[in-house]
Formats: sequence, C-alpha cells, structure tokens
Amino acid sequence: MKEKTLTIALSGNPNSGKTTIFNAITGTRQKVGNWPGVTVEKKEGSIKKFGYHLNIIDLPGTYSLTPFSIEEIIARNFVLDESPDVVVTIIDASNLERSLYLATQIRELDCKVVFALNMADLAQSRGIKIDADKLSQLLDIPVVFTVGNKNEGIDTLLQTIVAFAESGHATSQERRVKYSMDIEKSIADLQVILEQKIEKDLPYNSRWIAIKLIENDKIIKERIVESAAGQTGKEILDATEMIRKHLIDYYDDDPEVVMTDERYGFISGIIKEVVATSTRQRVDISRTIDLVLTNRFFGFPIFIFFIWAMFQLTFSLGSYPMEWIDRGISLFSIFIGAGLPDNLIKDFIIDGIIAGVGSVVVFLPNILILFFCIAIFEDTGYMARAAFLMDRIMHFIGLHGKSFIPMLMGFGCNVPAIMATRTLESKKDRILTILITPFMSCSARLPVFIILAGTFFPNKAGTVIFSLYLLGIVLAVLSGKLFRSTILRGTDAPFVMELPPYRVPMLRSLLIHMWDRSKMFLKRMGSVILIGSVIIWMLSAFPRNIQYSRDYAGELKHIASSYEQVSIEKKGEAIKLLEKKRDDEIARVLKAKQTEETEESFLGGIGKFLAPVFAPIGIDWKGSVALLTGFVAKEIVVSTLGVLYAVDDNVPEALNKALATSGMTPLSALSIMVFVLLYVPCFATVAVIGRETDSAKWAVFSVVYTTLVAWLVSFVIYQGGSLIGVC
Amino acid sequence: MRLSEMKEGQSGLIKNISGNSLLRRRILEMGMTKGSNIYVEKYAPLKDPIELVVKGYHVSLRVEEAAQIEVETIAEGWVPSS
Ligand SMILES: Nc1nc2c(ncn2[C@@H]2O[C@H](COP(=O)(O)OP(=O)(O)O)[C@@H](O)[C@H]2O)c(=O)[nH]1
Repeated sequence: MKEKTLTIALSGNPNSGKTTIFNAITGTRQKVGNWPGVTVEKKEGSIKKFGYHLNIIDLPGTYSLTPFSIEEIIARNFVLDESPDVVVTIIDASNLERSLYLATQIRELDCKVVFALNMADLAQSRGIKIDADKLSQLLDIPVVFTVGNKNEGIDTLLQTIVAFAESGHATSQERRVKYSMDIEKSIADLQVILEQKIEKDLPYNSRWIAIKLIENDKIIKERIVESAAGQTGKEILDATEMIRKHLIDYYDDDPEVVMTDERYGFISGIIKEVVATSTRQRVDISRTIDLVLTNRFFGFPIFIFFIWAMFQLTFSLGSYPMEWIDRGISLFSIFIGAGLPDNLIKDFIIDGIIAGVGSVVVFLPNILILFFCIAIFEDTGYMARAAFLMDRIMHFIGLHGKSFIPMLMGFGCNVPAIMATRTLESKKDRILTILITPFMSCSARLPVFIILAGTFFPNKAGTVIFSLYLLGIVLAVLSGKLFRSTILRGTDAPFVMELPPYRVPMLRSLLIHMWDRSKMFLKRMGSVILIGSVIIWMLSAFPRNIQYSRDYAGELKHIASSYEQVSIEKKGEAIKLLEKKRDDEIARVLKAKQTEETEESFLGGIGKFLAPVFAPIGIDWKGSVALLTGFVAKEIVVSTLGVLYAVDDNVPEALNKALATSGMTPLSALSIMVFVLLYVPCFATVAVIGRETDSAKWAVFSVVYTTLVAWLVSFVIYQGGSLIGVC
Repeated sequence: MRLSEMKEGQSGLIKNISGNSLLRRRILEMGMTKGSNIYVEKYAPLKDPIELVVKGYHVSLRVEEAAQIEVETIAEGWVPSS
C-alpha cells in the first residue's frame, strides 16, 4: 500500500525557533528555493514517520497575517489556497501574549491548527507557568511543549499532528475571537449578503471573508470581484462600504484598528486564565549584554570591530582557498590542454568553459565564509542590534538599518553583497539596496586604480584612489535618494522591529544556513556566468581568418632557424643566454600577433565602433575594448590593456611605461578610473541582480543606469578638466 | 505626552495612537495597544530609534513613529529584572 501524504505548514513569529524546529523535523533532507515570483526563501522537507509521508513547508516568519508585507501575503495565501492538512503555529512560550496574535489570526482561517509552545525552557526559567490543557481547551486546539534546540517534544509534536489530521475533528466555531456586538452584527450581516450573492462559489469561509472585507483587505476585495459574476462583486463591495462607514461613525476609528485592539483584548483574557508568573525572575542576560553592545559610547566601536572581523575573515581568510582553487583550475586547464590538439575546440574548452566555470567557483570560499558570519549575526540576535545602531544613518537615504551590512560588503565583492540583501524584509528596500550597492568599489576595481593612478598621479595615488571610493559612496547616497523619490517611492515601512534576546547559536543551524545559500549561488549563477564568459570569449576569439599585417609565421620560423645556426657553435652558459634571447623574441612576436588579433576581433570591432561614444570622455578605442572586457570581471581591464599595448610581461612595470608613453593624459586616465568605478561591476553582479530581484528588468535597469551615470560623471570630469585646463 | 518625549528608564501607559492606518495597525499588531504598559529601555547612540519593552519583549521604534503615540507616564511600570 502506498503511504498517505500529509502536508504540514509551519508558521510563527520571527525568532520563535521555527527554523530550528524545521531542521529538527527534516534533518538535512530539505530543499531551499524561492516562493514563485518573489525572493523570499521557501524551505520544504519531507520525511517518513508513523507510516506517513510528511511534507513539511516552512512559511515565512511573520508577526501577523495582515497582508502588508510579501511574507505575510505568502503565508496567508499558502494556508488559504493550498489548504495544508495541518498548520503548526510555533509560539515563543516566553513571549506568549504577542505570539498569540498571529496564532489567533491563523485560528480564524478555520484550518486545523496545532500549537507548539517552543522555548519552553526559557519560559520556565523566567518563572512563566503555562497551563497547556487550559489553553488547548479554551481554543479547541492541540497544544504541545517543545524545546527546539534540544530536540525535545518534536516527536510528540509529530504524533499530535498526525493524530489530529486523521481525527476528522471539526474546528469549533465557538472558541475563537469574539468581537464587540456592533462588529459581530456587521460580520453577520455581511455573511448573509455574501452567502446570498455568491452561494457555492465562496472562495473561503464566509465569516472570514466578511471580517477581511470589514478590515478593508485589498486582496480579498479583488478575490471577491473575481469570483462573483457580473455586478454582484460591486454590490458586495458597496454593501461593505456602507457597513464600514457605519462602524467608522460609531467607533470614531477605522474598524481594522478596533478589531486589532479587540483581538488583543481576547488574548489578554486567555493569558489571564492560562499563565501564572511567579515573582522569581532571573537576571536578564540579554539586557546586560546590550548594556555594552548598544551602549552610547561602545556600541559603534564594537559594531565596527565586528564588521571589520567579518571583512577580514571573508576576504583575507577567503583569499587562501581562493588561491588554491585558482591554482587548481589552471593546473586542470594545463592538464586538459596537454591532451588536446591545438585548435579552436581547445581554446573554447580552456578559455571559454573552464575559465568561465572557474570564475564562478573561485567566489565560493568568500561566499561560504560570508554567509557563515551573517548566519552568526542573525542567529545570535546581533543583526537586529546592528540595524538599531545604523538605522539613523541609513534612514537618511530612506533605507532600513539592516541595509548597511550588504552595502558595506560591496567593498569586498558585489556578488555576495547583493546576496546579503536577503536579510531585508521589504522588497522595495531590497531592490533599492541592490541598485546602489554596485557603486561600492569592489576589490576587483582596485588593481585598475593602482595601475592608472600609479602611472599618472605617482605622488597623489593614495589621495586619488581614496577620492574614488568616496565618489562611489556619494553617488550611492544620491542614487538612493533619487530612487526613493521616484521609481521606488512608497511609504517607508514602519521600523517596528523586535530586538530578540541574545541566544547561543547552534552550529548545525549555522552550517545548514550557510550551505543552503551557497548551494543556491552555485546552482543559479553557474549557468548564467558560464554563458556570459563564453560569449565574451567568442567575441574576442572570432573572426579567425584575420589578414595579418605582418607574416608572423614567417618571423617565428626565421627566429627559430637563425637560432639553430648560431647555437651550433655555442656551449654551456652561452646556449642558455641564447635560448632566453630566442624565447624573448618569440614572445614579442606572439604578443604582437595577439594584439593584432584582439584589434581585429569582434570585440575590437565593437570597441572601435563605440569609440565615438567614448571620445567625449577622453577614452580611445583601446580603452573602450578594455572597458568592454571588464564586463566579465573588472580586473581583466588591466590584462586587456596589457594585450592592447603589447606589454612584455617580463619587464617590471611595463604596463605603466607603455601607458605613460601611449599619449593618454592624466585627465583621461582619471576619466577611465571614474568610469571603471561606476559602470556595471561585472557579469556575475548583473546575473546576481537578476536572480535576487527575480526580474531581468532590474538587471537591465542596473546596467543602463550605472553605465549612464558612469558616462555622465566621466564626461563632467573630462570636459570640465579640459576646460579649466588641469593636466 | 508623546512617547518620543519620554526619557530612558521611564514607564508609561499608552493612551492613543495617531498617524496613518498602516503605521497604527503595525504598532497595534506588535502589542502596543491602548492601555498597555510601556517602558523606555534606551535611545540608540544617535538618539534614534528608541528601544522599548512592551508585553515583556523588546522592540524598537523610530522617534518620528514614537511621536505618534500618546502616553501617560506612571511611576510604577515594568521593572527591569536585574
Ligand atoms: N532556549 C531555547 N532556544 C531555542 C529554542 N528553539 C530555538 N532556539 C534558539 O533560538 C534562536 C532562533 O531560532 P530560529 O530557529 O533561527 O528562529 P526563527 O527566526 O523562528 O527561524 C536560535 O539561536 C535557536 O538555537 C528553544 O526551545 N529553547
């Protein structure tokens, strides 16, 4: 016989221990994805237990089901539309009163609900005694105590869930929130209208719909119009409007506000009956920790230290495995290359595919470490404190305090930085942060600045580079303000943020967190970046049939044969010297050939084609080709310049010398640097923007916007500089 | 008096909440209902936001949002346990 499948949804407040319980139930058999169309993480897991196949879905953590944020909409819609067999509400027992708000809202949906009173250990140590039987009786709901991080009560919880799902127990109509008389009467009136007008096709239970209509719930209003034929939808909404008007007159306040108040009234009634608090109170460790961590004087220095430590770990510690991976990849390409004949396919495999995959994998150490650090911040509760400290500053751009961390990470690498915006709850905040993060100058841009500033501003290189970083920050702030007042306008989400008690994180949770997110990075980014690198490779490798201006093959042959002639007479040291001379000559010829190939390639063609666009900002076609290849990764700008100026790798500072004598002025060097600072960081960043905003639109917007800003600012600097005659 | 005018360590009772419907509902849903006890734990180092204790848990609000909450200070409110 096939096992029966039960769908179980986990709901609960943030920090109630929902993730911990999800992990305890599913172990490592979990799948992380996104909810369709949004970037909210969706976790699913399935286990076999008591002869059942249990499908567990982790709903986003929310404080209520009022559809303000995307998380709340997702959670509510899942319960309404997917009708899971059981909805488990994880309740922080040490914080019962507030937790019951969400619980009563879920109870109102008339689905099968089981309460898990988690953090039972904390409640006990704080002297809070909860009468679970009474609670269960009052709400007509099974109640189980759990301690998520010690795996206590999880089996009982599962047993209760399965038994309850199979019991056929109809949820009592009585034991739920009762509103005051006038509201109850309005609900009943509207229910009658609904049942008459729509009859069988009511999407959900009529009482609930009536409540939501009275609360002026936009989503439900739309649903009603959809499911009602012809005029009936409008008639229902008109009737609702009448009822609402009456209630507003009566209460002198919006009905939704009155009803929220009344729900809390109902809850405080329950609390009185089921909770007994003994006077014995332990010292609140969290408050003591916060005396230091959010202290007026020490708060910021400590925060800066933590951020610095995260940076060091991510980018300094991460650079070692990065180097190993880099070396591993080049060894691998040499190994593969040795087995293949010299032809186009070999170039494609090595310079296209392996290099492309390599450019993704090389980020992995950074990403793993970064996500580990962020998981620590989140699981200990420090993230909320960081937001508390930084909110004043970030609010200036119209952002939430939490946006600070991703933006700061941008100085290391934009890819993980943009992924770190997942910690933001509001979608608008997330997009805004994603759009301005690329202006944070990532570490890959530094080599470009060092070369150019070092060559053209030898005495002021430090100042120039520092000013560039500053310019990036200023433009991020200005862009933030611009977006906030135009395309991403909207009421700033109220900053009503819980500061949860500090907790010791569980290593298992941290690792699962880190691995889930990193896996997503590899899976989703891999293919996009691979395609991107292959395209750039093709543009630079084709066309193959170039009409060379010189006979390179002949020259090479000539060098080889003249060497053979001379070498017959020489011995020992002299031969070595000669060989080196020969190799240098060959390298020079090959370099010249490569320069010409690049110049004649499609990429070179595009560069020349674009030259008129770049002329007003003082960049010649070589510069434009370099900037184009910088799209793959910024540090490539340097190596492309090397190829274009036929630089001899063996001579130290050859590129500096070549640049200095190339006719490039300090002003146009500055213009290039500003352009490199501001235009799209790299293909990986664009791909991650597309992924994290879940829309190609924002990725394209980001490319266009940043490039436009880059051009404009370079234009002002170059033309302005030429006008006043600096440099 | 407004909540934003209260000092660190003061307790009060919430009398009224004004402001737009979204903000009011959010504040209510987090348990800051009329008649609730509220304790000002501290102001952030840059004087904004404020950390409060309501219904036994800690929550932060921006000063401009706290300005929408009318309170009545009381001598005996929530007593910090340390
Ligand atoms: N003392 C105690 N801590 C818990 C319990 N359940 C979870 N935690 C801890 O609470 C913190 C937050 O848990 P998490 O599952 O991330 O919360 P979520 O935001 O609801 O997903 C973690 O550090 C857990 O280790 C519990 O029953 N008792």
